[in-house]
Amino acid sequence: MSIWSNLGLVYALLGAAVAVFLAGAGSAIGVGIAGQAAAGVVTEDPSKFAKVLIMQLLPGTQGIYGLLVGFITLSKVGLLGGGAAALEPQTGLLILAACMPIGIVGLISGKYQGMTSAASIGIVAKKPDQFGKAMLFPAMVETYAILALLISILAVNAVQI
Amino acid sequence: MAVLQMQRISICALKRDRKAILENLQSMGVIEMNQIAGEDDGFDKMDTQNARVGFEKKAQLSENALAILELYAPQKQSLLSSLEGKALVGQKKFNDTVAAKETIIAKADALVAMNKEIAENKANILKLSNQIESLSPWLNLDVPMNYTGTDKVAMLLGTMAADTAPDTVYAKIATHARETDAVDVEIIRTDKDAIYLVVFCLRDDAAAVEEALRAGGFARPSQVADKKPAEKKADLEAEIKKLNNEIEKREEEIRTMASCREELKIIGDYFRMRADKYEILGTLPQSQRTFVVSGYIPVKAVDAVKKAIGEVYDCVIDVDDLKEDEEAPTILANNAFSSSVEGVLESYGLPHKGEFDPTTIMSFFYVFFFGMMLSDAAYGAIIAIACFIVLKKFPRMGEGMHKSLKMFMFCGISTLVWGILFGGYFGNVVDIVSGTFFGKTVTVPALWFVPLNDPMRLLVYSLAFGVVHLFVGLGIKGYMLLKDGKPLDFFCDVVLWYAFLIGLLLMLIPTDIFASIAQAKITFPPFLNMLAKTLAIIGVVGLVLMSGRENKNPALRIALGAYDVYNITGWLSDVLSYSRLLALGLATGVIASVVNQMGSMFGKGIVGIIGFLIVFIIGHTLNLAINLLGAYVHTNRLQFVEFFGKFYEGGGKPFEPFKSDTKYVDIKEETLS
Repeated sequence: MSIWSNLGLVYALLGAAVAVFLAGAGSAIGVGIAGQAAAGVVTEDPSKFAKVLIMQLLPGTQGIYGLLVGFITLSKVGLLGGGAAALEPQTGLLILAACMPIGIVGLISGKYQGMTSAASIGIVAKKPDQFGKAMLFPAMVETYAILALLISILAVNAVQI
Repeated sequence: MAVLQMQRISICALKRDRKAILENLQSMGVIEMNQIAGEDDGFDKMDTQNARVGFEKKAQLSENALAILELYAPQKQSLLSSLEGKALVGQKKFNDTVAAKETIIAKADALVAMNKEIAENKANILKLSNQIESLSPWLNLDVPMNYTGTDKVAMLLGTMAADTAPDTVYAKIATHARETDAVDVEIIRTDKDAIYLVVFCLRDDAAAVEEALRAGGFARPSQVADKKPAEKKADLEAEIKKLNNEIEKREEEIRTMASCREELKIIGDYFRMRADKYEILGTLPQSQRTFVVSGYIPVKAVDAVKKAIGEVYDCVIDVDDLKEDEEAPTILANNAFSSSVEGVLESYGLPHKGEFDPTTIMSFFYVFFFGMMLSDAAYGAIIAIACFIVLKKFPRMGEGMHKSLKMFMFCGISTLVWGILFGGYFGNVVDIVSGTFFGKTVTVPALWFVPLNDPMRLLVYSLAFGVVHLFVGLGIKGYMLLKDGKPLDFFCDVVLWYAFLIGLLLMLIPTDIFASIAQAKITFPPFLNMLAKTLAIIGVVGLVLMSGRENKNPALRIALGAYDVYNITGWLSDVLSYSRLLALGLATGVIASVVNQMGSMFGKGIVGIIGFLIVFIIGHTLNLAINLLGAYVHTNRLQFVEFFGKFYEGGGKPFEPFKSDTKYVDIKEETLS
């Protein structure tokens, strides 16, 4: 089976890859940034471990959203069940386009959510009782990842195969 | 569902009852101290600084002693022990312990002293080990290091750079001290840093030889022992051993004192309470024979104080309503269900004076939205059962923790319900297990519908729930405006917005856009379309005209009104924000499906089952953890940003009564009989 005769499937797979790897990379960057700040706090006060760990995890959701869209895409084109559907190239491109939002927004928002988390970890370090408020700032950034996820899910679902 | 009404209570009593009254008030813990009488009213304040600092020092001492005990005789603690809360101590035991406070403090002193001794011994050991270290190169020397030689012969001891060969040493001496010929150089040891050498020469030449050697980098050792190095080393080691034994002994002694841990805790709390009492005492206005206590008290506690203080001691109790400008502390009073989300409200801010307490209304939405975001029956059941067990097992946990766990229990129940509605049980585990291991796929049907099959439908519902939530928020704002006697504001800021928004919504529903999202065309009868347009127009015109009503300048007023209408974009984004209800719900379900799918890849048979179980447990634990966090964070966000944004300010001061503020133990109240 030549790859050229099955270009549609290649595009669709590329879409799943974009969703997973861009959003995952964003989360990795974000969790990494927040983790450095969290480790700093724990060296000073190990009792804040649980709180800063939660903060560090907040930018981790983008990667999960990417995984989610990737998974929906794979099951949509039938790669998971074994029998891959024969896709037209244009259908594959549609799926690739549908995967774009969560990939790109996931990458960027992951990074910035990580930076916001790091700042919020600073709040927790100085005023542990303000945990509830501190948690909101990173959650604000995440909103846009959720919106992108929504559009990606809806779009992937809407493509007719 | 409300903020408790506060009053000011003032008690004027005789000084001889001062101690008893203060202790009574402290154990009741219902008054937040706030003194009003000043020194110019003929009152003086007592300087209790010294006494207080003394008590605090003792509390700190017991704390240090406890830390030492923890270091040498650590207590085994389970993971959940932080939930246990403070131990309950009977009045009699407490009094007995307090009566023995001198001996307990002496024990604490002894512990601290022993710890200090251990630390000193450890420092000494370190010093001795350093000495041994510096001695080690000279071990081959079999004369004492401070041996200078015989009558005629001098001995020089020292080091030179590592790469110096014996020949170079002789050459140095030959060039710099020509007259000397009787010189013997012996290298005791060579390592990577230096060579260690002994030089013998005639005593008369000693100065010249040393001078010559110094030119080649010769240096005498910094520490010189008065014994043979090997003997000295043995001495030092014996000393270290002795010190170690002593440390061992002290540690053992500390361990035997582990049993007084509880006494130390009680006594620490006792001194903490006394320090608190003296802090209050320092603020009390006092005259020759009387003193005055004043503070905020919840109305419902007034009678209890009157009974406990007024009927027992000679005093005057005065209860007033608060003045207009007085900002009283806030206590929330809610039923058992709603009080569980008080912690969430507190983390945003308590209602300020006169503000509506939104806890009750929020609690329903909170639990509702939380369940919708997690929406898996099995996860919900796990959370609810786990919280229930912990709540039952640790009845004495801290109040805040108790509330949070109760909240998660209710949220778990809600999650269970939503999971049943959406047909999610560990995602699709029933399908996968039946399909993989039994060869026949069985699906548990959703009671309502499966979100992944029909996401648009759930999106519409999510946004509709959002609209309801926001409208309720706007309604509360209206209620507060009416209560404050501002009917004009109520009409302009609330009613007009309702009209505008409802009109727009009714206009939106019959359009094609809505039909394509909802996948159903809804047609309204003509009069409803007419009503929609009328409402929207009344709303928008009213807003343009009235929003800027505080401005006299008509042009500015219209401009401000138009700007207010622009807030409609804020409403739009607020409503769209509720799409997270759908997105997070889908995330839980889809990741759970991924986990199940991965587990089923091992195929049938024993290996398949074991592989499935491992993937299942790890995968679902992770999924539950991350989605629980997500649901919690985003439910909070929907309340704080979207809902509270419509009406709530917060910024109230929490009620901090004068009470027995203990750290380790609670004292059981016993009725005197």
